[in-house]
Amino acid sequence: MNAALTALRAIVTREALRFVRQRGRFIAALVRPLVWLMVFAAGFRAALGLSITPPYQTYIQYETYIVPGLCGMILLFNGMQSSLSLVYDREMGSMRLLLTSPLPRWWLLFCRLVASTAISVLQVYTFLAVAWLYGIQMPTLGYLAVLPALVVAGIMLGALGLALSSLIKQLENFAGIMNFVIFPMFFLSTALYPLWKMAESSTLLRDICAANPFTRAVEMIRFALYAEPNWPALGWTVLAGLFFLALALWGYDPARGFLRRKG
Amino acid sequence: MKALCASLALTLATPLAAEEIWVTNEKDDTISVIDVATLEVTRTIPTGERPRGITFSKDYSRVYICASDSDTVQVMDPETGQILHDLPSGEDPEQFVLHPNDRHLYIANEDDAVTTVVDTETRTVIAQINVGIEPEGMAVSPDGKIAITTSETTNMAHWIDTETRELFANTLVDSRPRHAEFVHGGKELWVSSEIGGTITIFDVATQAEKAKIAFEVKGVHPDRVQPVGFELTEDEKTAFVALGPSNHVAVVNAETYDVEDYILVGRRVWHMTFNSDKSRLFTTNGVSGDVTVIDVAKRKAIKSIKVGRFPWGAALRP
Repeated sequence: MNAALTALRAIVTREALRFVRQRGRFIAALVRPLVWLMVFAAGFRAALGLSITPPYQTYIQYETYIVPGLCGMILLFNGMQSSLSLVYDREMGSMRLLLTSPLPRWWLLFCRLVASTAISVLQVYTFLAVAWLYGIQMPTLGYLAVLPALVVAGIMLGALGLALSSLIKQLENFAGIMNFVIFPMFFLSTALYPLWKMAESSTLLRDICAANPFTRAVEMIRFALYAEPNWPALGWTVLAGLFFLALALWGYDPARGFLRRKG
Repeated sequence: MKALCASLALTLATPLAAEEIWVTNEKDDTISVIDVATLEVTRTIPTGERPRGITFSKDYSRVYICASDSDTVQVMDPETGQILHDLPSGEDPEQFVLHPNDRHLYIANEDDAVTTVVDTETRTVIAQINVGIEPEGMAVSPDGKIAITTSETTNMAHWIDTETRELFANTLVDSRPRHAEFVHGGKELWVSSEIGGTITIFDVATQAEKAKIAFEVKGVHPDRVQPVGFELTEDEKTAFVALGPSNHVAVVNAETYDVEDYILVGRRVWHMTFNSDKSRLFTTNGVSGDVTVIDVAKRKAIKSIKVGRFPWGAALRP
């Protein structure tokens, strides 16, 4: 048990150190959603207000609508960033070192997930603080209620990154991840526009958005920010998280997974 | 401790009547009753055709409703929702105001260019005063000596002496004046102009224009910024102004006349009323068919409540 906790501490510390030493990464992670909030949302300001959809009780402006989606964006990009650093670790050999530890492989991978999620959550709270100063303020209880939602969503998206990292052969292939995973996941979700808006142009697109696990994660965060539970969104996010985790474990299993094919 | 006991005794002695906001729905010919505590519609009461202006008698035992397309003012028992009788109102009554004597109703007759004065006890018309074309906004000074009618097409505020029931002044305002209120104990008269996009403030003693408030909502075309109904807080330091199809309510410093804030509400916000402690403001949003509740201290919209089609007027029943 002690060994397991030591491993957890070591992995989290390593990620934290890496994060602290790469200030540029922190700033970049913060600037991205802020640009969306202050530039993109300004262009779509909806000064006349967006129609009321739960959990909102009244009309809101677009800036308010996209904040939960941008929290999700931070988690999504960080999940993928973590996948990138896993590929880097594998190329550098430190991954092999980690996986040769006598501890169960699932535990080691889970520790990686916890570490990257902790950093993502920290970034989301920093973003929420800047958004608060910008004038987008949630109910006080919402800032507390969103913590478990961020952890669940962070682990789900981190698990997706983990599964993908077992697929990527080289660092250069990361651009493919951007094109084929991050962008479709982000744009085919409720992060930027509500489902009813999507349905106005295409019901198929609406259905794809509804099935996207990232949509579920964003909606879970959106409700939590207003201190309201969204059990279906939580259920689907947990299910998706378990699926991606199983896929990652399978991918990292030297006997069966993708690593074997890479030789 | 004594004070606590006294207040407890008072609380126990007072019947627990729920505070309500009554909203006229001009397309549904109904009134939606909102419970202030739960912020939910508890009753829907049928009325005459196209109900618009609404006000309660001083003791809240009667509610007066302008049923514009029925060409009458209806008198309703608020307990039962039954129409007690109709009052002769002249053609197309849109807005009215109850004189402080709790007896005389001053009614703007939009199609007839007159202001009709009705005695609610004898149920008779006691005067008809010729005013400008399409009269709309109505106000009576707190001392009851002056009544105001605003006419939408003539673009004037008409000053009526309530004793002689004759006009004693006419003052020009910006295009399509909609609503009038006496402010600061009757020293000032505020008149909103829908097309002009302004509120004109008059000194009541001299009937001279004192100031003008203009509005500008970021990201909204100026044509959509159309001031209509407005209300002032208890201390009369802050005014809330409904800005029509701009979907915003402006927050105005009533002492400096500066616009301090804009609050997003439902579509085409028209009129408004406070709850009894003036901590909540209820705005009627015609196009979206709802009522937005504003937290007055925080200046934030907290909820929009679905009511009937095209909500128009609102009145408090404590």
